Amino acid sequence: MSEAVMEPGGTAGVVNDFARDKQVFGVPWGKAMMWIFLLSDTFIFSCFLVSYMMVRISTTDPWPNPSEVFGLTAFGYDVPLLLIAIMTFVLITSSGTMALAVNMGYRKNRKATFWLMVATAALGATFVSMQAFEWTKLIMEGVRPWQNPFGAAQFGSSFFMITGFHGMHVTAGVIYLLIVANRVRNGFYERCGSNYEIVEIAGLYWHFVDLVWVFIFAFFYLW
Amino acid sequence: MASAEGQQHPLKIYYVMWIALFVLSGFSYATDFMDDGALRTFFILTFMLLKAAGIVFIFMHMGWERLALKLAILGPPVAILVLIWLMSYEGFYVEDTRIENYGPSTFVPEAVPHH
Repeated sequence: MSEAVMEPGGTAGVVNDFARDKQVFGVPWGKAMMWIFLLSDTFIFSCFLVSYMMVRISTTDPWPNPSEVFGLTAFGYDVPLLLIAIMTFVLITSSGTMALAVNMGYRKNRKATFWLMVATAALGATFVSMQAFEWTKLIMEGVRPWQNPFGAAQFGSSFFMITGFHGMHVTAGVIYLLIVANRVRNGFYERCGSNYEIVEIAGLYWHFVDLVWVFIFAFFYLW
Repeated sequence: MASAEGQQHPLKIYYVMWIALFVLSGFSYATDFMDDGALRTFFILTFMLLKAAGIVFIFMHMGWERLALKLAILGPPVAILVLIWLMSYEGFYVEDTRIENYGPSTFVPEAVPHH
């Protein structure tokens, strides 16, 4: 990174980074690979969301109103999308604790990093639990990947595929965070002389999961 | 504390972004109480893009990376816009042919139960 200070920025920097006989990206290789993985994951989720758009446009059956289907009654009122809103806030909270964990990692504050990562994982687990509750509720009401009593069958297919794939990412993220958090706690990264960039790489994955939820929330639940 | 390597930024940036995400999510949720229409769609997309930009540029530190990495990662997803355009075009065509050949839907949805 010390030589990067001497290098040009802007578009001249792009030409320089790609054309010169050197490593293209001035970041740790793990971070570059995580970004490239996330790019491929972006395309996977985009394909899901685009296919959802396609089946929603092309079906002649009425599309159910998500704010009713996912509504809950609280204190005697019908609140639309209540559980989904809570899930959104849980995920945002976990994103904040993760960002702080990355920062504390670079400050070499192992204890704070560990506990912030554990908090992030706990919030992620809470999110998945609420999603399991949502799935159970819809399945008991007769929604299946191939049928849906409230409207177009494609609603069920899209719902289970998109939220299922996202939930799987959250679950994988919780496991990933706990493994890294444990290694932060027992001093593994201290011993191998790492600069705690591994926490930032795990953080990239976690923020991506939150990012995907932003799009799912807008397109599937609100639109 | 300050290190030449890695992404080191004042904590304040994260707190501001965190609060902004809460507020924007609140706005997103509030669109659900609006009447359907172009204005609601506009708000849904605006809050979605603002939240996404905040997460990518601040929380994922993309704003502080070199332009080469920004272009390599954020450039390719633009191609998805072409896919969206093609598939919506195709979708409306499929809907038209379905109505033409099978007639309008006769499906009667059940009322959504109160929970």
